[in-house]
Amino acid sequence: MTELAGTRKSGGKLDMQSEPVILNIGPSHPATHATLRFVAELDGETILTLTPEFGYLHRCFEKESENATWTQVIPYTDRLNYVSALMNNVGYVMAVEKLCGIEVTERCKYIRVLICELSRIIDHMVCIGTNMVDLGALTNFWYFWKPREEVYMHLIEPLTGTRLTNQYTRIGGLQWDLPEGWVEKCRDICRNVVLPAIADVNALLTKNRIFIERTMGAGPITAREAIARGFTGPCLRAAGVPFDLRKDQTYLVYDRFDFDVPIGGNGDTCDRYMVRMEEMRQSVRIIEQALDRLPGGPVNIDDTRYILPDKQLVYTNIEALMQHFKFIMEGIKVPAGEVYSATEAANGELGYYIVSKGGGGPYKIKVRPPCFPLFQGMPHLCEGQMIADLVAVLGSVNIIAGELDR
Amino acid sequence: MAGQTDSMVLNRLIEKFGDAVISTHSGFGDETALVRRERIVEICAFLRDDPDLLFDMAMDLTGVDYLGETPRFEVVYHLYSLAKKHRVRIKVRLHEEDPTIDSVIPVWVGMDWFEREAYDMYGIVFRNHPNLKRILLYEGFVGHPLRKDYPKAKRQPTVGPEE
Repeated sequence: MTELAGTRKSGGKLDMQSEPVILNIGPSHPATHATLRFVAELDGETILTLTPEFGYLHRCFEKESENATWTQVIPYTDRLNYVSALMNNVGYVMAVEKLCGIEVTERCKYIRVLICELSRIIDHMVCIGTNMVDLGALTNFWYFWKPREEVYMHLIEPLTGTRLTNQYTRIGGLQWDLPEGWVEKCRDICRNVVLPAIADVNALLTKNRIFIERTMGAGPITAREAIARGFTGPCLRAAGVPFDLRKDQTYLVYDRFDFDVPIGGNGDTCDRYMVRMEEMRQSVRIIEQALDRLPGGPVNIDDTRYILPDKQLVYTNIEALMQHFKFIMEGIKVPAGEVYSATEAANGELGYYIVSKGGGGPYKIKVRPPCFPLFQGMPHLCEGQMIADLVAVLGSVNIIAGELDR
Repeated sequence: MAGQTDSMVLNRLIEKFGDAVISTHSGFGDETALVRRERIVEICAFLRDDPDLLFDMAMDLTGVDYLGETPRFEVVYHLYSLAKKHRVRIKVRLHEEDPTIDSVIPVWVGMDWFEREAYDMYGIVFRNHPNLKRILLYEGFVGHPLRKDYPKAKRQPTVGPEE
């Protein structure tokens, strides 16, 4: 049996005189978790060729942005990776701040680290949870969905007022400061909800023979191939490349925290799972350190060119009212120029290339979504593998159609 | 030919390619070189293989439409080196009448879809691309929507899949 599978893999051709079967998967399929489509050419159960197709969720993010003010783009970024929306917010405002030469306050930097790491945890929880559902392990899904909801309900909702589309960051700061009791709640949830959930799923899966045999060797990639294909994030690290922007081109205050970058060896589904599990633990470490050292002070810079005037002043002072009006109607003034700013999002490098001509809105915004090269790599990961592994691999590379299609 | 700069990467590029590097800047900390389109593949291969540069990852590729300027289009490459931990931006200007450029897939295989997207959105044609067709939009879509002269509110009927 193994020998037969081997000949099929190496040749990529039919080993019997028969026509290949064309199987259409998606765009609406429970395992795609979004509108993605594959056309697979099959020999028995082996994938000969795989053609991914997408764009069903394309909603002209970049075109819309060219017709919006700098601040109006922030809500659009929520819809990119809607599983960890706060990270897109942070990535975008950091790009604009780079263009404006703004240095945000210490407290703002720490809060941004906190929300990024919380987002990374819930993003990985969704990824592993849904990946396991697709493989028939429903329990893990519930074990991870509950802490995810607790993070949303007790931390992100009180902080931002919304659940999924947070739009919490602002150019030069944040929408507002942390609510009262948030720090204690965050510590409590990390310690008593997130870590036990990781331990539970770890106990259910990591040494589970069925899981290991199902995922080991499914969709492997070598480090060399992963680099050439532009893989970043957990998928690249699972292939053994310790590339993490938080360490390699550090931003915010990540250089002040003690954390490790886990790597795998085979770049297969099992390694991607292992890397994500460890990353969640490391994120908790970062959060705990950030909470311990969270400085006081304002969250917004003291610069009326970028930050809305105080509401009380707007109602009582004509200059502040005019400023508020111009700010909303014309947008903030960003100098002409171009920047590329990258952050380590949950799926890999999230890059924003922004061109400004000095107006109140962007001339061009290009998002480099981490999913895009990952999805491009799907045929490489799956060809020669069994069709049932497609579902396992797709879940483990964590394709989010919101950022893939933009 | 561009003059000497403070950046090792840009100096290396100017040293090697001389006249093919039209201009450079390091605005906002992003090192940028505008190069001639005829030598893009050669330049990219050099950037990837030179032991001082080692840009093994092509992170992003996109087009920009500077409507009203000549040349009108720009193709922008963002590169990263895992070993050296540095970045560079390479830009090429393309004329409206002939928006074609050689594909860099032979250098970085991962640029395949990025080039398709630039074709889809801006109509930039990548020569020697093995499968240059629309990627986010459907076959049968008319025009290239991220061009500045494509009206934002324009609607087109969606058509079914090609037979």
